[in-house]
Amino acid sequence: MSQEVIDSRISKEYSAGFVTDIESDTLPPGLNEDVIRFISGKKNEPEWLLEWRLEAYRDWLKMDNPEWAHVHYPRIDFDAVSYYSSPKNMQDGPKSLDEVDPELLATYEKLGIPLHEQEMLAGVAVDAVFDSVSVATTFRGKLAEAGVIFCSISEAVHEYPELIRKYLGSVVPRRDNFYAALNSAVFSDGSFVYIPKGVRCPMELSTYFRINEAKTGQFERTLIVADEGSYVSYLEGCTAPMRDENQLHAAVVELVALDNAEIKYSTVQNWYPGDAEGKGGIYNFVTKRGVAHNHSKISWTQVETGSAVTWKYPSCVLRGEHSVGEFYSVALTNNLQQADTGTKMIHLGKHSKSTIISKGISAGRSSNAYRGLVRMSPRADGARNYTQCDSLLIGDKCAAHTFPYIESRNPSAVVEHEATTSKVSDDQMYLCQQRGLDAEKAVSMIVNGFCKEVFRELPMEFAVEAGKLLEVSLEGSVG
Amino acid sequence: MLKIENLHARVEDTEILRGLDLEVGAGEVHAIMGPNGSGKSTLGHILAGRPGYEVTDGSVTFNGENLLEMETEERARAGVFLAFQYPVEIPGVSNMEFLKAAVDAVREQRGEPAIDAVSFMKRAREACTAANLPAEFLKRGVNEGFSGGEKKRNELIQMMLLEPRLCLLDETDSGLDIDALQVVAQGVNSLRAPDRAFVLVTHYQRLLNYIEPDRVHVLADGRIVRSGDKDLALHLEDRGYAWVEDEVA
Repeated sequence: MSQEVIDSRISKEYSAGFVTDIESDTLPPGLNEDVIRFISGKKNEPEWLLEWRLEAYRDWLKMDNPEWAHVHYPRIDFDAVSYYSSPKNMQDGPKSLDEVDPELLATYEKLGIPLHEQEMLAGVAVDAVFDSVSVATTFRGKLAEAGVIFCSISEAVHEYPELIRKYLGSVVPRRDNFYAALNSAVFSDGSFVYIPKGVRCPMELSTYFRINEAKTGQFERTLIVADEGSYVSYLEGCTAPMRDENQLHAAVVELVALDNAEIKYSTVQNWYPGDAEGKGGIYNFVTKRGVAHNHSKISWTQVETGSAVTWKYPSCVLRGEHSVGEFYSVALTNNLQQADTGTKMIHLGKHSKSTIISKGISAGRSSNAYRGLVRMSPRADGARNYTQCDSLLIGDKCAAHTFPYIESRNPSAVVEHEATTSKVSDDQMYLCQQRGLDAEKAVSMIVNGFCKEVFRELPMEFAVEAGKLLEVSLEGSVG
Repeated sequence: MLKIENLHARVEDTEILRGLDLEVGAGEVHAIMGPNGSGKSTLGHILAGRPGYEVTDGSVTFNGENLLEMETEERARAGVFLAFQYPVEIPGVSNMEFLKAAVDAVREQRGEPAIDAVSFMKRAREACTAANLPAEFLKRGVNEGFSGGEKKRNELIQMMLLEPRLCLLDETDSGLDIDALQVVAQGVNSLRAPDRAFVLVTHYQRLLNYIEPDRVHVLADGRIVRSGDKDLALHLEDRGYAWVEDEVA
């Protein structure tokens, strides 16, 4: 495979890059306590939550932008970002899909999420977050029958205040890190899920995030609580328009799996990655963490293809005995994208188990880093971890890095780590082409094969989507 | 079917083929023999269109078309098949997925729709049986963890499914035990057809005990220095390549 083949194959256009022409209410850029009061007031929040936000903001002021990640970007001017944007005629919130702005619905249809049809057909309940506001949640009726709560987090603040008060910030504390503190201060919306005791959620739940407005940050917050013995599978998808300036996305996701519960959280992240020269694109600085109680299981699966800069470590705190944490990740970087992603498995409970399978693919001039921490605490008797960390290079101008951290303070714990780095070889390409496959098909087949162990963890329909997305993201990586 | 005239080719800065002429008719089996480094394998790769192999002079036509102007995958779709000496692994891509994609690429070229899964499976299983491999083989990654013999038999399966017009076998006999060699030879013989030609590149005569060639050519120093019928191979076996080289000199 020649370098030109690779280059042209990698540079495919971003298909979700359109802008929706919609009137919106956007706060002027800048952050201070009044902005936070405004956001909280807009949502008619209770006093405790406003205080909570303000305390997070004051903590944030004392913190510094983290610089340990293997990514480089100009210092972000947080006063140039707008912290709230909502489509104008939705300020009272839609009561049903019929009240949702048709332009918005058209946007989601363009993205392949027809809310109407999804409600009828797919068996996937969707919460769609557009800029800062949750637009519509489908399938509510059916979920309510099972006792499952799936709504926007602003709504949950009013409807289920005890649950929110109990769990918000319980997994990712306000001052956990710079971006978590920022999110806690200004989060606008996001999804809330509660699965009652012993209930197996009857369908996949899904959230689509979309950043539309220019110069707007998106700070959504997701909280999922699986009560004892329950099960839920949740999928998150993300897109944004193509814009020349960088946009900030700083989300927080918290998962709570109580005894014997299981949460499967899958992400297909396709934020705008910037153009071939590295102009524009999303800064994706996200904190995702779950706490697993006795005999419970939390499984993160992520397919990361977008964003200019990604900084993200979905983690598990394995608090309970026999709790299980899993992390399956495909991170693809192309052109000038940078990703520093991985996971943390914190083993506290006895006989807790974790598995990490990370597949990094670098193409173009991109840089792709895996960063993972496995910590065995002194009381985690018999805990086990298995880590497999594979990097695939396409072309000769990209980079792959691996930063594994292992801390074991229990002699009975077992930690295994395997790592490989390989290239899409000329010989593999030649074999495929000699059998009649063109270069694009050959690369996508080889890359898909490389990712197989992760794709099989995704819900079926999303595995197909992920495969296609990979194909699109790789376009132009071969010439 | 295949006509090569005055072919000169180089790999990086080394000239390997220096004025090679060869004509192969439909239905014929030709064996190319020669000492190590004579350019036998290079010939196969030049015909298959391996990137980095550069033709500096001469012409190659395949069914009247200029083969050298076609991309690697276009040649494959037109019916040129190279059975590799060292088939490479593609981890995670199942043999079945790979074979179906290849079959569909060839069919698309012929203006046929993609093969349906049921017919494909039936044909793939038949090919496995012919290659004396269990059908579970289809589920494994392409050449992933295969033994040398399994890899060669896997090439045979691909050849059977793709139904090429021109089959180039690059030292297919190397690394095969006698049983595997017979399986591969039987497979090749079963594929012999009036509209299909074979070029067997081999260092040893033993493959030709099982696949009887119409013509045998000796390649030395980038050219064909001697051609004959199957007896030429036996002579070589007796007297070694030095005999031909001395004679040419």
